[in-house]
Amino acid sequence: MRALETILVGKGLVDPAAVDLIIDTYENKVGPRNGAQVVARAWTEADFAQALRDDATTAIESMGFAGRQAEHMEVLWNTPDTHNMVVCTLCSCYPWAVLGLPPVWYKSAPYRSRAVSEPRKVLSEFGVTLPESTKVKVWDSTAEVRYLVIPVRPEGTEGWSAEALADLVTRDSMIGTGLAKEPVT
Amino acid sequence: MREPDRPFDAPWQAQVFAMTVALNEAGQLDWSRWAEALGTQLADQSEVSNDAYYSAWLAAFETVLLEDGIADAGQVSDLTAQWHAAARATPHGQPIELGNA
Repeated sequence: MRALETILVGKGLVDPAAVDLIIDTYENKVGPRNGAQVVARAWTEADFAQALRDDATTAIESMGFAGRQAEHMEVLWNTPDTHNMVVCTLCSCYPWAVLGLPPVWYKSAPYRSRAVSEPRKVLSEFGVTLPESTKVKVWDSTAEVRYLVIPVRPEGTEGWSAEALADLVTRDSMIGTGLAKEPVT
Repeated sequence: MREPDRPFDAPWQAQVFAMTVALNEAGQLDWSRWAEALGTQLADQSEVSNDAYYSAWLAAFETVLLEDGIADAGQVSDLTAQWHAAARATPHGQPIELGNA
């Protein structure tokens, strides 16, 4: 690894300062809190929800969360009828700008294959049991298209601020392997 | 299927990740090509860990650099040997530098 680094830096292709900055960004700055803000805004602002439907990439960028590989973002709206979940069957494509780097399980061979072959079983292992009447749709991410799931807004949160709502939005709920947290009453 | 949320378990994992992203941002590595190279390395991997994942990542990165002619195999093995020599020559607790060998 050091050898590759020496070559790339020596050729001027990679700047060590840029490498350090990238590490700092993904270790400390970018994470699922970004996505939670997007979701909370989608729940509370009809105009923003529409903007996400029209062009998710631009709407998300307007919040300052831009993808590094110029990937196209799409949002998937969970409803009582349809539950969306996301996988990358090839490798580990993931919406870094809004979720940070993927958890180990997302990158693992079992998840990458079983999310497609037995999604309900996988969901149950994450503690999610959906009614039989809810359809489960699985979306395969690619280098070009990344997905952000907008979970169903929990009941009993009418009138909540976007900030308070964002605390209910978990990382897994935005991958589709979880649901938003219920409000504590 | 649950684990603590750490993007990297060791500095080398962060390093190879960031170098790949930096090379992409420098316009030297197309991301679709990268996804394919990484997918190939991950295809027959069953171990679930960051160590295994980033080992596959590193192997994919080396493959891409060699295939695209950004690095050549002789240079990689020479420099690898130099780094190993430097690591052996460096007292414990000191930063390893190529000049130490």
